[in-house]
Amino acid sequence: MTDMVNLIIDGQKVRVPAGTTVFEAARKINVNIPHLCYHENLSIYGACRICVVEIKGRPRLEPSCATLVEEGMEVKTNTARIRKARRMIVELLLANHPEDCFTCERNQICELRKLAYDLGIRSLRFEKGRKYDYEQDFSSPALVRDPNKCIQCSRCIRVCAEIQSVGAIDFVNRGARTQVLTFFNKGLNNVECTGCGQCILACPTGALRPQFAVDEIWDAISDPKKFVVVQTAPAVRAAIGEEFGMPPGSLVTGKMAAALRRLGFDRVFDTQFGADLTIMEEAHELIERIKSGGKLPMITSCSPGWIKFIEHFFPDCLEHLSSCKSPQQMFGAIAKTYYAEKLGIDPRNMCVVSVMPCTAKKFEAKRPEMCSAFEYWKERLNLKEEDRFPDVDIVVTTRGLARMIKEAGIDFVNLPDEDFDEPLGVSTGAAVIFGATGGVMEAALRTAYEVVTGKILEKIEFHSVRGMEAIKEAEVELNGLELKVAVAHGLSNAKVLLERVQNGESPYHFIEVMACPGGCLGGGGQPIPTNLEIRKKRAEAIYLEDMAKPIRKSHENPAINRLYTEFLDKPLSEKAHHLLHTTYVRRSRY
Amino acid sequence: MKILLKHVETEGYSPNLQSYLTEGGYSALKRALKMKPEEIISEVKLSKLVGRGGAAFPTGLKWEFTRKAKESPKYVVCNADEGEPGTFKDRIILEKDPHLILEGMVICGFAIGAEQGFIYIRGEYFEAYKILKNAIEEAEKNNYLGKNILGSNFSFKINLYRGAGAYVCGEETALLDSLEGKKGQSRVKPPFPTFVGLKNKPTVLNNVETFANIPEIILNGGEWFSKIGSPLSPGTKLYCLSGDINKPGVYELPTNITLKELLEKYGGGVQGKLKAVLPGGVSGAILTTENLDVVMDYPSVQKAGGMLGSGAVIVINESHCMVDLAEKCAEFFEYESCGKCAPCREGTKRAREILLNIAQGRGELSDLKLLKELREVMYDTSRCGLGQAALNLTVSAVEKFPDEFEEHISKKKCKLNICPVGDVR
Repeated sequence: MTDMVNLIIDGQKVRVPAGTTVFEAARKINVNIPHLCYHENLSIYGACRICVVEIKGRPRLEPSCATLVEEGMEVKTNTARIRKARRMIVELLLANHPEDCFTCERNQICELRKLAYDLGIRSLRFEKGRKYDYEQDFSSPALVRDPNKCIQCSRCIRVCAEIQSVGAIDFVNRGARTQVLTFFNKGLNNVECTGCGQCILACPTGALRPQFAVDEIWDAISDPKKFVVVQTAPAVRAAIGEEFGMPPGSLVTGKMAAALRRLGFDRVFDTQFGADLTIMEEAHELIERIKSGGKLPMITSCSPGWIKFIEHFFPDCLEHLSSCKSPQQMFGAIAKTYYAEKLGIDPRNMCVVSVMPCTAKKFEAKRPEMCSAFEYWKERLNLKEEDRFPDVDIVVTTRGLARMIKEAGIDFVNLPDEDFDEPLGVSTGAAVIFGATGGVMEAALRTAYEVVTGKILEKIEFHSVRGMEAIKEAEVELNGLELKVAVAHGLSNAKVLLERVQNGESPYHFIEVMACPGGCLGGGGQPIPTNLEIRKKRAEAIYLEDMAKPIRKSHENPAINRLYTEFLDKPLSEKAHHLLHTTYVRRSRY
Repeated sequence: MKILLKHVETEGYSPNLQSYLTEGGYSALKRALKMKPEEIISEVKLSKLVGRGGAAFPTGLKWEFTRKAKESPKYVVCNADEGEPGTFKDRIILEKDPHLILEGMVICGFAIGAEQGFIYIRGEYFEAYKILKNAIEEAEKNNYLGKNILGSNFSFKINLYRGAGAYVCGEETALLDSLEGKKGQSRVKPPFPTFVGLKNKPTVLNNVETFANIPEIILNGGEWFSKIGSPLSPGTKLYCLSGDINKPGVYELPTNITLKELLEKYGGGVQGKLKAVLPGGVSGAILTTENLDVVMDYPSVQKAGGMLGSGAVIVINESHCMVDLAEKCAEFFEYESCGKCAPCREGTKRAREILLNIAQGRGELSDLKLLKELREVMYDTSRCGLGQAALNLTVSAVEKFPDEFEEHISKKKCKLNICPVGDVR
């Protein structure tokens, strides 16, 4: 049993377990001490000094986030001395901060700006001062770093190192010249950054942001020559409502489809179609590997941050990756081949926009391997190398789409529900759960079981692979084979599984990895804030949609079956191989 | 009365083991190894020795905390990263009597139950590094260090580690981080190093001068030591005299000496007319002619508004402009701030900027109030001593020489023609 500690905070008695910080103890009496560098999922840093409090008997103010409670401690969290200190520290931070709030990515959701407002700072006494003048890092297709807006809270560094075990960025230099940089300032794209964007979610200011895609999309929509189709990932519908003031967990699939149609997209499709297709290919790939003694465990390949991670950190394990492209990329390849052919339009005039909860998807769409439609049409249309076009043209985040809807003045909350267009908008319950950790595994099991055994799966919900536990395991009996599976979300958890694979200690046949905590629903492109509670709510919404779907197994998706009959022949066919499967690249650390 | 420079001031003394042994070196260690560790600690407590690095924490208490800490192994770390401007006292011992430090450290290791010691020496002390390295080798060869020291079953090793020039690494927790191979930045205290120190193990971290006092305390007893100098912080102290003084240098004197005696009797008098004294380098408030009778022990200097710190007594005569002095010192802190905590990183930058503005004739009277408030907040919220003390000197200069600052601001004039007032960069 843990020892309990009694203390007094602001005159109120508080009883908390030993080892609690003063900051956490204050929350018990409903005091949320203002802070910047503190982050609930990260280690304690104690450097912004905003959360300072007075503790009786201590000569100076103490950081509440880094101070453990002691028996009999008397704490004050709001005195003239504390308010003066907090205000001055924020003033000092603002003195070095660009004053471009109007045009800043974080305009409405900047913690620094909110803090300045909440602390009642109405004038700046250091305004005459010099400000930073650093180059922005535009090297990555996924993220942009603006060191000028960095307040050195280290939240990005900590999330990258602690949650993702990547460590692409760290502090360099000293004192006021301190900067967060990549190795030798090589730029995010040229180091082991996975583009997952968890740093964006962690950043309190606009120092990190996704590459801007909105203007490109408007241009495509406005271009009369372009046939613009849009696909939306499963996790978007479970989160975008938050951007319009709806509570976390609001499932807004119908409103989102309606909004996309109103924005002017020619077809409103669903990445879930791509997800069902992924399951068809991936489940068959797994069965094939098991039958023919292929490389096991097989590991999922839907999460582009995860892919870049394994390419950098475990290049010797690439054979374990499923060769399946992600749903986004399968969708793009099919849209520009099968669907373009069906409609009789030139694939060069088709623009595929994808709305993703993810920033790494921007990187994925730009991978040179992702031009399968071009390869398909090359001979048929006599295309030259300079005509090369990607399968997916533009990737926008959930937040980016929300802004487009706001820019268009659409009253999102009151929109009627509409459906996706056919055929690439038809999907099953197995596809929507791709958005949550464990979902790809569950969807694959639903299909693999029935394909292998030929029997109907009675209990289609695999609760053991659901939820926010770091690593989840399950066993499923497939015609006498005990299929062992594991699921990891967040790259530091993935690393644990990968090290087991590398050391030959992995008992698994199949592993699902998602780069972001909680899976795609916790991706770097999702509404801010994204925290554990909100992740759980979004997962509930996703499983709700699964429950509500009339068809919940990918191999029963009629549009998918038609695609195979009309175009691909069968899973793992040669055509499928060319359009739906990919290869990976060995990358060094820097 | 000499404790620290006893050997150094002996004619023909050289920093090798033979010289040290001739003067009776390592006899304290021999005695200590026959004592119980608790007895050693109680002698050190009895001596009332306080840390000579600047913080003046009771050494015996520090050792006792570490001995009683449950975690193991334990470590002894010697802070030889002497970096406070105006301080050059440890260097004398390091270069001229290195075995004195080693002996103090081994005794400490025996007392607290540590088998490993580290010396973190300032990177720029090339000569001292070589001498110390040689001394460690000599001590190892002759079993004053190593396994089963002098036939006892106590073993102790000392590793020498060089800093890379960061002032903040003289701060104990930044030193520990640097020693661990990390960037030198302070840790959150508590926990203190006595419980969670090097590699998160209980650690005694003492200054060179502190360790150098130990052998004599063991040989003559704590009570003997406690009667030397000022009863408020007994013993002798190494004072570094520099600046506008006729005979600059390191002086070992009992702590009951007054500032006036120090300057006149030992320093040979001030060059020119005395304006101010920094009694402990640039981290403390300045003293003026009003404070000449202050006794140079830790509590007395503090009572006078200053800080004895490492004993870096910098003498300033009437030819210096206080605005210029404050600006130069602020520049030092801006450069040396590690950048981890916001108030220090941003505060040192802005303080220097404000002072530069005043020096260049762009200041406003409200700046003086702002500096004062900045000092309060930096003192209250900075993570370590660097930020907490960075504006002590500046604010005391403003308080004691308000006319000089106001003249720069209101009349855009530097009486001494030192500041580039009106020179807009």
